[in-house]
This record gives sequence, structure tokens and C-alpha cells, in this order.
Amino acid sequence: MLKGTMAYFKGLKTTAKYLFKKPVTVEYPEVKRPVRERFRGRHELKRFANGLERCIGCSLCAAACPADAIYVVPGQNDPAKPRSAGERHAAVYEINMLRCIFCGYCEDACPTNAIVLEHQYELAFYDRRASIYTQDMLLVPVDKGHGEVPPVLQQTGKQLNPPAQIDL
Amino acid sequence: MGLEEKAGDLGIVTTTLEGVVNWGRTKAMWPMLFGLACCAIEMMAGQASNYDMSRFGLELMRASPRQADLMIVAGRVSRKMAPVLRRLYDQMPEPKWVVAMGDCASCGGVYNNYAIVQGVDEIVPVDVYVAGCPPRPEALIDGILQLHEKIKRDKITDHADGKPVRIEQAERGALKPLG
Repeated sequence: MLKGTMAYFKGLKTTAKYLFKKPVTVEYPEVKRPVRERFRGRHELKRFANGLERCIGCSLCAAACPADAIYVVPGQNDPAKPRSAGERHAAVYEINMLRCIFCGYCEDACPTNAIVLEHQYELAFYDRRASIYTQDMLLVPVDKGHGEVPPVLQQTGKQLNPPAQIDL
Repeated sequence: MGLEEKAGDLGIVTTTLEGVVNWGRTKAMWPMLFGLACCAIEMMAGQASNYDMSRFGLELMRASPRQADLMIVAGRVSRKMAPVLRRLYDQMPEPKWVVAMGDCASCGGVYNNYAIVQGVDEIVPVDVYVAGCPPRPEALIDGILQLHEKIKRDKITDHADGKPVRIEQAERGALKPLG
């Protein structure tokens, strides 16, 4: 009888201990836990500092992709007004986010470091068709994407190591 | 569903009622325990104290489809599992929702072969697809919040003739891509 009562208080001791502790829960939509530096999230197509696209439309990423999530159609660059640094550029560049398994093989295969898996992971769709990200959704703005620290890491004051962008 | 069939179109009464009903539906949405593969690990992490999905009313996983409102298909669905999944979905009471969690449930992902169903939308109507392999618990919670946004836009009169709402929405093309 007494033993049973003591066991009851023993259990309550744990309850009391956690009652005054700070909860471990991350209040997700308001507070975002920073991801690891090498976390692979949504892709971005990077640019050179002069605004030219890094992607030269070589389709090596599409060849390396184990899930066949990438579709590239190359186009010839106009010499007077080139879009990319090479002879060709990607006329169509699409990634199916629902096929992509975020393995980073495309990143490894890319000869110009054009495709980088960044740190955004909130990818929810109402429609399967909406999951196909086109080139204008993936390309970074002209004045951005030359190797700056992603916003999640900026919160913590961390630097990427090694840097996501290496200039040729 | 009784309520929708009786309420009909009463103008301002139904719009207010609609808000209350949809609010109620988003605040207590019990998911069914349906982990099939590695995504289930992230789903469990989402339910555990670090992410704690009970904050959004996904209080606890129900092992019985009769007590569940939401089916989170977490993992690849093999052709052999497909009839089981469909039967469990049919056993869930209306209103019911489906979240395809991860690449494999959404479209087959990397398993583009004869054994895996190329997306659970072949067998059940899916409301939200969550990308990731597997998605982080945050990504799953984000998907569920997106689903809540969708439910808030639901019209009560859509249910009036007792037809499942998603079929009706698809018929009149109301399901627009997220953009």
C-alpha cells in the first residue's frame, strides 16, 4: 500500500520537474530552426557577378539525376546579347520538385556551379502541375546569388563552408 | 454529411456558419496512422515534442480509419498496398482529406518502376502534395497549414447534394494550382 503511494509520488516528481522547464518545442511557423549548412533544399540557378547566367545548357544535371526530374533544352546564345557565359544557354529549364529527391547529384555534375540546392524546404502544392518549377522561378535575381549567405544562416551569423559559389 | 444537406443556401447565415464549421474542421483534424516508409520517421518526428503537431489540432494519430479525418500517406505505395489504402480511405468518415507526404507518395519519386504506384492520386483524391525526400517535419507541418488554408475556403453549399466535395471541385475546375 505504502509502496504503491510512493511510486505515485515518484512519477509525479518527473511531472513536477518538467513543469518548470522551458519546453523543447520549436514554434514552427513563427520560429524556424536553422538548417545545417550543407542541407539540400530547393534549387537555385545562379548567375555570375556581371548578371550572366551560369547555366550553359549542357544537360549534365539531367543526365546525373537519378529520378529524371530535370528537363533542359539548350539554345544558341546571341553573340550580341548573350544570356550565359558559354556558347549556349538553357532555353528551357524545368525541375519537377515532386520527382526530385534532393540528392545533390546535379550540383556535383554542374561544370559551372550554376545549380545549387539552397535552404528552402517548404514545398507544398495543391496540384501536381504546380510542382514543376520553370527557369524564371529557379533563376536568382540579377543582383543576387553570387555566393551570399542564405537567410536562415544569416540569423545565426554563420558562414557557408565551403562557400556555395566558387568562381571559375 | 447531415449539416450541409439540411442547411442549403441561406445567404448570410450559411457564410457565417461556414466560417465556424471550417474553423472547427481545421482545429481538430486527427490524422490516421499511415506510415509506409522513411517518411513515417519524419512524420513521427513531427508528432514528437520538438515539432508537436498537436499545436495545430492534429492531436494524436488514430489507428482506426473510423476516427480519422486526415490521411497522411507517408511513403511509397506499392501496387500490393494500393487496394488496402483505398479501403482505408473509404472507411474514413466524410469530411476527409489526404496529404501525400514526400516524393514517392506524390508521384512515385525515384521509384519509377512497375512495383510502385506513381502517385497516390491514382487511387485517392489528394489535397496537398508535400515535396521532399523525405520532407522535414517542418515541411509536413507547412503542408498541413496549406491544407488548413484550403479548408477555410471551402463552401458549405458544395456539400449540399451529398457528393464528395473534391470531385465536385474538380468538375468545375475550382482546384487551381498554388502558383
